[in-house]
Formats: sequence, structure tokens, C-alpha cells
Amino acid sequence: MEPKVKEKHPQERLIQRPVPGRKGTGGILKQSLILTILCIGFFVFLYPLSIWAISKVAAPNGGEGKIVESNGRAVGFENVGQSFTEDRYFYSRPSAVEYDGGGSGGSNHGPSNPEHLAEVQGRIDAFLEKNPTVKREEVPAELVTASGSGLDPHLSPQGALVQVERVAHVRNLPVEQVRALVQEQVEAPLIGVLGPEKVNVLKLNVALDQLDTQR
Amino acid sequence: MSTDILGVIAMFLLTVAIGLPLGKYIARVYKGERTWLDFMAPVERLFFRVSGIDASREMTWKQSMVALLSINLIWFFWAMFLLMTQSHHPFWNPDGNPSMSPDLAFNTAVSFLVNCNLQHYSGETGLSYLSQLGVMTFLQFVTAGTGMAACAIVFNAMRNRSTEHLGNFFDYFMKSCTRILLPISMVVAVIIAMEGTPMTFEGKDTITTLQGAEQQVSRGPAAAMVAIKQVGTNGGGFFGVNSSHPLENPTYLSNMVENIVIILIPIALAFALGFYLERKRLGWMVFGAMTAGFLMLLTTTVYFEMNGNPAISNMGIDQRLGSLEGKEMRLGAAASGMWATSTTVTSNGSVNAMHDSLTPLSGMNTMIGMMINSFYGGVGVGFLNFFVFIIIAVFISGLMVGRTPEFLGKKVEAREVKIAIMIALLHPFLILSGTALAAYVYVQDPTVGWLNNPSFHGFSEMLYEYTSASANNGSGFEGLGDNTPFWNITTGIVLALSRYLPIIGPVAIAGIMARKRYIPESAGTLKTDTGTFGLMVFFVIWIVSALAFFPSLVLGPIAEYFTIY
Repeated sequence: MEPKVKEKHPQERLIQRPVPGRKGTGGILKQSLILTILCIGFFVFLYPLSIWAISKVAAPNGGEGKIVESNGRAVGFENVGQSFTEDRYFYSRPSAVEYDGGGSGGSNHGPSNPEHLAEVQGRIDAFLEKNPTVKREEVPAELVTASGSGLDPHLSPQGALVQVERVAHVRNLPVEQVRALVQEQVEAPLIGVLGPEKVNVLKLNVALDQLDTQR
Repeated sequence: MSTDILGVIAMFLLTVAIGLPLGKYIARVYKGERTWLDFMAPVERLFFRVSGIDASREMTWKQSMVALLSINLIWFFWAMFLLMTQSHHPFWNPDGNPSMSPDLAFNTAVSFLVNCNLQHYSGETGLSYLSQLGVMTFLQFVTAGTGMAACAIVFNAMRNRSTEHLGNFFDYFMKSCTRILLPISMVVAVIIAMEGTPMTFEGKDTITTLQGAEQQVSRGPAAAMVAIKQVGTNGGGFFGVNSSHPLENPTYLSNMVENIVIILIPIALAFALGFYLERKRLGWMVFGAMTAGFLMLLTTTVYFEMNGNPAISNMGIDQRLGSLEGKEMRLGAAASGMWATSTTVTSNGSVNAMHDSLTPLSGMNTMIGMMINSFYGGVGVGFLNFFVFIIIAVFISGLMVGRTPEFLGKKVEAREVKIAIMIALLHPFLILSGTALAAYVYVQDPTVGWLNNPSFHGFSEMLYEYTSASANNGSGFEGLGDNTPFWNITTGIVLALSRYLPIIGPVAIAGIMARKRYIPESAGTLKTDTGTFGLMVFFVIWIVSALAFFPSLVLGPIAEYFTIY
């Protein structure tokens, strides 16, 4: 790759040849090795441990994950959804991993996959059977589709509201009271204008249990 | 307007608003001017002194590439060593996760070494915390630094002078890590830790749920890792499902921050070019062409995701919130579409929704983002890919107007154009031949059981995997059963080829051009900092990509589109 153009342009004769390295490739490998070891110290230990120390002091629950309690008992992580299958609770979304927080996963079903579509149809039918007062066009999609993580802790407000009559009926509570509870639990978008409204299913169900015991 | 769409607009505008001053700052760092992070200088000097590196010695482009490859080789062995000995790690493995098999360790080591972060394992069960920090986090810093250093060398080569001295690779590398990646990562890590991402060395927790069942929950030192995985366009998640995991990305705010930093440095580098060369219009030209492509993909993806899957609409339910299979309710369809676009136009590859479940044309857009790989592109390397297209565009424009092609006062001659064309064609070659091979093997023996979806979508899964590998992206149509020797080895090879050649190629072009005589601009010079030239580059990119990829896209996502719409 010696530049032939050099002869053509006299100006380029002035270019200084780069100072040859005092060490060959072996030298570069050794330099790289030592630099690597130092970088490991810096990025593998110093950086994470400083973030860890900051979390320990300032993050919720010292960086170990936000816990939700009910009657003084830890019943779950606020950010990790859990399975609710009993009719007296608001259901969570379907999960491809059955809310196994030791792993995580979505269905990875494509939009045209016949098996997937049959599964969704089955979930719609099952939901309508458990919630006979709900009309088909009121069933929001999240209640019949699996989340990406399999651990989605939330529903849309509509996802909780369509379950109100069932839950109220099973628990013998006034429908209006349960509906008000859901509305209380709706979390607004970020600063009121960014992103979706949502309801944390675990927190909603904990509040529901409280409402029931207060009665 | 819906709050979901406002969220997307806010994310994009914030990124540009932060990217502009950051670009100015990056230019100062690479020029060696004073910055407010100069207090890192003693650390850098100490590192260089102990390693015996003279960071002030200027290197030729070849010397830089030798240094780059040498240090990468050492990182590879370090990664292989940690991954294959996990069960013996003396600390930071509270869940007792096992060592990796050799083929999986090879794939993982290469994949993180090349800044791709394709993951054929799941973090919860496949890695010790020591590996998460020692291999993943470490490589996420240093490989991003490597790409940015290569970019800085090209910036240096584009200045108005004739020289072979193009700065010192180690100096650019170290400064990229300590002055750019580290401070941004620290800010991001602290924000997401406050939002609820774990940062602990405790192992899995077992909890009794409200309904009375046992639930295990994986945790770990996630916040530190998630930050650099986003900032360095790495994308390899702490948990198996990446940033759709509610601990990895707990709130809409954490999602905005994580999404913004995916494209932040790539955008900032476009501006940095303008500031570095003191040709701001050139920076805006690059940013404009990249942004035009990005917005085309972004708007259509968000549109299709918000409109839902027609096959499910036909069942008569309420799909007002969009297609929700594989998505999270705290993020919504629009923010998932935004992320899917951001992560694939850059070489990031983290996900906040399952790409396998995207509607067909959104799935296609994510593939197009990776096939083009320069509508922003990865940190450093995105600009290098774009640079290749600039060279081709300059050459074609030169032919069209009948002048010797020139770029920034340097003649673009046969050798540079040959390298550029080879690099531009390497990418489709790797993707299409890989996909062809996999499709052939599958047809010969359908019992290999790779595919999670039948028909056209199954083809898309294979096409996506090689596209992601060759673009050093790392996302996947994750239904593909890819932890087999076939996929581990073939994608591992694609990964290695598609990382180093597209770095060496543009650096070589820049190095060769830097040596040439500088010709001052005259009336006959093709102006490269104009909207017209930006449009030219934009069309060259689309023509090259369309010719290469359109047939394969027809077989996959486009055919699937017509089956359900």
C-alpha cells in the first residue's frame, strides 16, 4: 500500500513518516493486556460498585426491588406482575411463562400464526364466560394477549373496569364501590401528558382485599 | 393528540436537544480541547503510564487498526474464560448458574466483543453476576469505545491537510470511555435505579403471592449494566427479555431515558462531525439524511403498532390501544414502536417489546433499519457506515456531472471506491447467504425445530437473525430456537466478519484520502454540505438496500402482510 501518488505531488514529500513504534506487535499485545486489566478494575468493579453504593442509600428498598405488603406480609414486587386466576381477584394479563419471575419471556407468536390466533380466540371465549355481563367489543386486547416479559404488572384502566362486575359479584360488594376503587388506582401518564394510563394489578388487588376486610 | 404519541414526540425532540450540545462536547474531547471532565485526565494518564503506552504518539491508520485488533483479541480470551468457568466463580454467582457450553460461549463472547449482543442465553439462568459485570458490562464499555475511536480516526482524517498521522487509537479509545460513555451511563444508571431497577448482589428472591403461590424473582446488579447497554448501542439485556422486563425498565420515565440514550450518541456524533471539522452544515447534512430515514421508519412503525393486528380486530374485541401481543402496558404500543425503530436503526438491539410479535410491516421496518444500518447507526460505526455511502454518493455524483469526484478537498479515486463498494456489499452478502443456508437446512430437515412460527413469518425469523447478526444489532425474532451449534457458529462467524471489515474499510479509505494533496474548493467543486447532496446520499442508500434486500423482504414480511390485511 505504498502511495504511488507520492511522486506525483511534490508537496507530499514533506510529509513526515510516522515515528515507528519502538515495540512490535508483541509490544502492542502487552500494552493492550495491561490496559485491559486496568479497564477491568475500572468498569467491572469501580463503576458498578459506585452505582451500587448510590442505590443502597437512595434507591427504593436499597436497590433490591420495591416490595408490596399486605397486612404486614410481603406479597410481591411492585414491578413484577403475578398470576391472578381466582375470580375474586382482578386477573393479570396472560403470560407465556406463567409469571415465573425466575425467568421471563413472551410468546414470540407472529401476528399471522394460526395457533396464536386460536389461542386468543380461546381466551376471549373463556373471559366472556367468566364475565357474562361484558360485551365482546368491550374486552380490551391486553386481557387476551401475552405481554413481552411475561411479567407485566399492569392493565389499562379498561382492562380492570371490565372485570369490576365479576369481582363485585363474587365478593358481594357494591359494583359502584369496586369501580371507584379501580378509578382510585389508575396511575396517570408521566407528568400528566406522556404515555399511557395504567393500573397495577397487584396493588389493586391488595387494595381490594383491604376494602373487603374493612367491611 | 393521544398521550402515547406525545410521549414519542417528546423522546425524539429531547434527544435532538441534548444531542446538539453533546456533539459540540464530543468534538472538543476528540480535538483534545479543555472540557469540564478534565478531572479524568490523571486516571487516563495513570492507565497509559502503567501500560507503557505513549498516548501522544500519532499513529497511521494501519497502526491504529493493529492496536484495535490486538486489544480486541485479548478481550475475546477474557470473555471466553469467564463464560466457560461460571460455575467456579468465587463470588457474584448467588444463583449458582452453570458454565456455558463451548459453542454458546464462543457465540456470546464474539457477540459482545463486536458490540452486537446477540444473546442465545437468558441472563437470569445463563450468567453469573460476575459475568454480567466482567464480560457484559465491561465489553459494553470498551467495544463502544472501540467504535467511537475508529470514528474519531475518520474525523481526524477528514481535516484539511495531507498527513499520515491520525491521532492515537488508545487515546481516542480511553477518552471515549472515560469522558463520554462513563458520565452518561452513570446518570442513566442512577435514574433507572431510582425508578426501581435493581442494583443488588442478592440472588433470586422467593415470595408468596397474594393468591398464595410461590413466585421466584430474579434480581442482580442490573442498573449499572442496563445503563451502558443502552448508551453504547450494545443492547444485551440483563434479563432474558431485555427492557420489556419490568425490573429492567420499570416505568414510562425509565423507558424514555433508556430510549433517548439509544440514539443519543449516534445523533451527537453527526453534529460532532460538523463541530470537529468546523463545517456545521456538513454535520446538519449528515443529521438530516439520517433523520429523514429514521422518521420514515418511525412513523410507519408507530402507525402500524397503534392500529393493532387486523386478525385480532376481526374477533370483535377492543384493540384501541394497538397490537399488544408481546408488549407492556406501562409503555404502550406507540413507545414500543418508537423503541423498535430506535434500536434497529442504531446497532443497539435491546427491545422493550417482542419483535417477533410486531405486525408484519413494523417487523419489516425493523429489518430495514438494520439492513441500512446507518440511519444513525451504532456509536461510531454508524457514522462509518454512512461514510461509506457518502463515498459512493460522491463517486456517482461525480460521474453524473462529469467531474473527478472529490470529498472535502480530496480526490476520491478507484481504490477508495472499490473498498467502499466491497464494504457496502459485504452486508447483504452475509445476510442473504446466511439466510439461504439456514432456509436450505430447514427445508432438508424440518425436524430441526428452529421456527416458532409457520410460513412466511418463519422465514422472517431466520432472515431477521442474520440481519441482526450482520448489523451487529443483537435483537431477534426471539421465537427462533437459536441456541444450537448451527446458529451459534454461523452467526458467530457473520458477527466477526461484519464488525471488523466495516471498521477497517472506512478507516482505510479515510487514511488513504488523508495522505492525498488537499485541493482548495473552487467553483467546480461538488458541494457536499448541501441539501441536494444529502438527498443524493439518501437515495444511494435506498437504492443499494432496495436492490439487495427487496426480494427477501417480499418472501417474509410483505407476504405475511397480505395474508392478514
